[in-house]
Parts: sequence; structure tokens; C-alpha cells
Amino acid sequence: MTAFPADAIIAWRAANSRRVVVMAVGIVLLVASFAADLATGPAMLPIPEVVRSLLGMGTDPMLEAIVHRLRLPIALMAVAVGASLGLTGAVMQTILNNPLASSYTLGISAGAGFGAALAILAGAMIPLPPALVVPAAAFLFAGLACSLVAGAAQLRGATPEFLVLSGIVCLFLFQALLSLLQFLASPEALQQIVFWLFGSLMRASLGQVGVVGLVLLLSIPLLLRDAWQLTALRLGDERARALGVQVDALRLRAFILVSLLTGVAVAFVGTIGFVGLVAPHIARMLVGEDQRHLLPSAAIFGALLLSAASVASKLIMPGAVFPIGIVTSLIGVPVLGWLVLRSRTAP
Amino acid sequence: MRLSVRGFSLRYGVRVAVDRVDLQANPGEVLAILGANGSGKSSLLRGLAGVQRHAGTVEWSGGEPGRVGYMPQDTSARSQLTAFEVVLLGRLRSLAFKVDVADLKAARDTLEEVGISHLAERPIRELSGGQRQLVFLAQVLSAGPSALLLDEPTSALDITHQLRVLALLRSATHSRRLTTIVVLHDLNAAARFADRIVMMHDGRVAGHGTPAEALTAETLRRCYGVEVAVFSGPDGAPVILPLRPCDADAAP
Repeated sequence: MTAFPADAIIAWRAANSRRVVVMAVGIVLLVASFAADLATGPAMLPIPEVVRSLLGMGTDPMLEAIVHRLRLPIALMAVAVGASLGLTGAVMQTILNNPLASSYTLGISAGAGFGAALAILAGAMIPLPPALVVPAAAFLFAGLACSLVAGAAQLRGATPEFLVLSGIVCLFLFQALLSLLQFLASPEALQQIVFWLFGSLMRASLGQVGVVGLVLLLSIPLLLRDAWQLTALRLGDERARALGVQVDALRLRAFILVSLLTGVAVAFVGTIGFVGLVAPHIARMLVGEDQRHLLPSAAIFGALLLSAASVASKLIMPGAVFPIGIVTSLIGVPVLGWLVLRSRTAP
Repeated sequence: MRLSVRGFSLRYGVRVAVDRVDLQANPGEVLAILGANGSGKSSLLRGLAGVQRHAGTVEWSGGEPGRVGYMPQDTSARSQLTAFEVVLLGRLRSLAFKVDVADLKAARDTLEEVGISHLAERPIRELSGGQRQLVFLAQVLSAGPSALLLDEPTSALDITHQLRVLALLRSATHSRRLTTIVVLHDLNAAARFADRIVMMHDGRVAGHGTPAEALTAETLRRCYGVEVAVFSGPDGAPVILPLRPCDADAAP
């Protein structure tokens, strides 16, 4: 504490400028990771050549094909899904007042997993390509899980405790149903289900990236419009109400929006753990809790985490691609452990 | 703003917390609500603030609606928001994504008015209970309210800050013609700083009037179950000296 403190407005503006710099650094790291993601794989490509190819100045047809047809959809999907999961995790942690909240907490991802498994099993009976049926079913059941929780909250009030309990009921319901499907599945179908549940970017196409990116771009302004109200929610429900926030309506609105975002993201890539949990914590440590900065930062660091995990998944075992869900979990567990220890020892 | 409350009742499940209370509060007046624990003071205030459902009518007249500042009793905070940001949130109704200079100045000036400018950059969760109470008081004041509903705003403050805050509230109430309703536990502070007092007992109004009218030995015995001696202080306000619980054996 200084005897003559700086003017509070100047100090606050300086803090905001630092937060913008942090976001800019995050974006630079993300661009670097994105380039590395394009360059790594069974054929390691020089990054300058990759950049030239992206800028339309490439001369090698083989490199062009690898970059544009094979790796670009995957690298873009890592960014779009990572940003979606980071953003949804930050919103979930705020509206549920729970540092362990993510899209998994309320059973949204479990619903998507069950939907995908059901589509894989019933795929032969549906006259549509599996690449369309599985994501559609995953999204529908993520939406169903969201509807169950939101419907129950409409009846009893959208308190964090009630939302979490409803979500856990939903989580166990869909996990039990998923286990039942796995028990009934043929070995081939079981293998497909397990592979979907691992989470993978390998199935990505530019069309899918467009869908995830569009929903993400539509969600961001809607969430940022409520940024100050979400920030007020960090002071507790009663104080937020006293400040004029319609707490239940805000919580339900944000929950439905991030459930939609989660549903779209996991529908195409499967369940990818820890990004939605860890990215908001990293963002909060770096930019604080003003949601105008926290939400974009959580999206940036979520995208960075998943993009870096995508690079790592190709480097762990040369010649093979590790399922990205395993890589994010392997990275996420120590990070989460460190966060838990840090919070226990914090003053 | 003038407040008129008629037939106010509030219940939690089957338990009646406030039972058919009528009261009035006027601009430029500090109204203190006193009573034992569980007598319905905080429930009444929450209902008046509109954060708890209730029966009966609550009418604010003669002012801009939505200009009622409510400060809850709970001062716990796990947030990393800084004191300045918490006070700025007091301006939530006018805050735009790109914050207006008028809102920033209001937050800064209120921090100065409450005497906590030096806390501006500190995260709220790292402050002491008393410091948080001052920050939340500044948050309520920063909105430029017409009426204040304050639930034990000095409960965590040391004696110096208690006196300063109560003097600030009294002078702001009189100079800005605020309607201030404050729940207090400190009978002597209420006697000195309130213009009128409402005594609550078992969810009902057990007495009201000026401090000298409301703070009688008989009313205090009925509301608190305590024998007290009431004197006249140097400034004419009553001074209450608690003697013994009514049900205690002969006290020393």
C-alpha cells in the first residue's frame, strides 16, 4: 500500500491495458501453435513453406495438398473447439459459482456421448451417411440433456446448487445409458464408440469447422452483452439481485447458450476433457474476473491449449496420432492438481 | 423517496419471519430497525429491497424508481475483483461494455468519500471483513441512490470506522434527502444516529418513534429479554446500559 495511491481510474485503465496485452500475447502464441499444428505430422513440413502455402504463394502441389486438404481442417477445428470449450467453461464456472464446473458437470457432454453411441449402433438402420448421423445425434442428445436441466431449473429456480444437482442426475443417467449401449454393442461398434468417446480431431472437415466457428462467433457477442451482469454474479446472488440483475433469467439464458455451444463442439470431435476446466482458470489468473476480459481470454487460452495438444498428439508417438482427448487429460491433470494445491495454500 | 409499507408479511416455508408490518420512512430521515436475533429485521429489509418475495404492499413515491440501494448483511466474497471494480458494479444499471467516464468518476469519488481509495486495486477477497463492508457500502453509494437499505453496515467495523460510517450516512441522508433504513444491533449507535427507530419482536413492530420514545427500558426488556438502564447522554440521546438477562439469577 502506498501513502499516495495512484488515481483509481488511471490504475484501473492500466490494469485493463495489461489484460489486453495478455490477450494479444495469447493470440500470438495461438498463431504459432496453429502454424506448428499445420507443420507437424507424418511428414514434417518447414513452417515458412506452410505459411507461404496459407498465403496462396505455395509452389509444391504435394505440400499444398497436405496443408489445405489434410491438416488445415484439423488445425482449424482444434482452434474452434478449444475456444468453444474454454468459453463455455468460463461461463459455467461463473454461473454455477463453482471452480470445477465445465460442460461435463451438467451432463451435456454425457448426453452427446450417449447420442453418438446410439447413432453408431443404429447407424445401419438410418439411410444417411454416418458422418452426418453421429454428430446430429450427439448434438440432439446434448440438447436433450440441456433441456432436462433447464426444465427442472424452470420449475424450482435456477440456483447454482439446483443446477449442479440436476446436472449430476443427468450425467449419471446418460453415463448409465451409455454403459448399457456399450454392453449391448458388437465388438466393431464398441470400438467405434470408444474411439468417439476418446475425442478426435481427425474426422474434421472445413464444413464442420464452419458450423462450430459460426456458432462460436454468434455466441461471443451474446455472452459479452451480459458481461457486466455475469461479473456482478461473482459477488453472490443476493448482491447481484440488489444491483438489479435478474439472476435466474441470466443464469438460464447463459446456460442454454453455452450448452448449445458445447453440443455443437463435441458433436463433431467427441468428448475432449479438461480444456473447458483448465483454460478459464489460466485466463482468470492472468486477466482477473471482469468478464469482458475473462470470456475472450478463456476462449483464446482454450484454443491455444487444444491446438498445442493437437501438436503434442502427433509428436508423442512418431507415425501415429494419439487421441486428443487422452492428450488433453494428460496435460490437464497436472495443471488441475497444481491449481488445487495453489488454492489450498493461497492466503 | 417516501416509503409506505402496509401489511408486509414474509415467510420461509411455514415459518413466519415478518408478520403484518406497517411502516413509513421519509426523505432526509435515518430510520433504524432494531430487534433481537431472528426478530425479522433482515427479512423485512430483503423484502423492501425486492430480493425476497413477500405479501403486502411496498410503495416508493416521489423519486426515480430503481434508485433504491440495498446492502446485504453478508460481506463474504471469494471474487478476485478489485475494490474499484466492485464499487464500479454499483453503477451496473448504466454500465456499458466500454465504461463511461461518468461511471468511473462516480466510483472513484465514492471510494474517496468512504475513505478507502487506498484499497482500490486490492482484490476484494484479500480484504478484511471490515474493509469489505466499507467497499460494499461504497458500491451502494456509487449508484447515487434516492433510498438506502443497509443491513448491519457497521457490524465488522472498528469503533472509529463505525463512527465515521454512521456520521457519513447521517450527513448524506440529510444533505441529499435520502430515505435511509438501516438494521443495527448497536442500541447506542442507533440512539445517536437514527432520527426514528422501529423495534421488531417476533416478526412484528413492538415499538417505534424517536430514539427517546422507542428505546425505553420496558420495550427493550420485551424485545431482548434484558434488564437495562436508560440514561440521557451528553448530546441528549438515550444511553443504554444492559444490566442482566431477565431470566438470570440475581446478578452481581
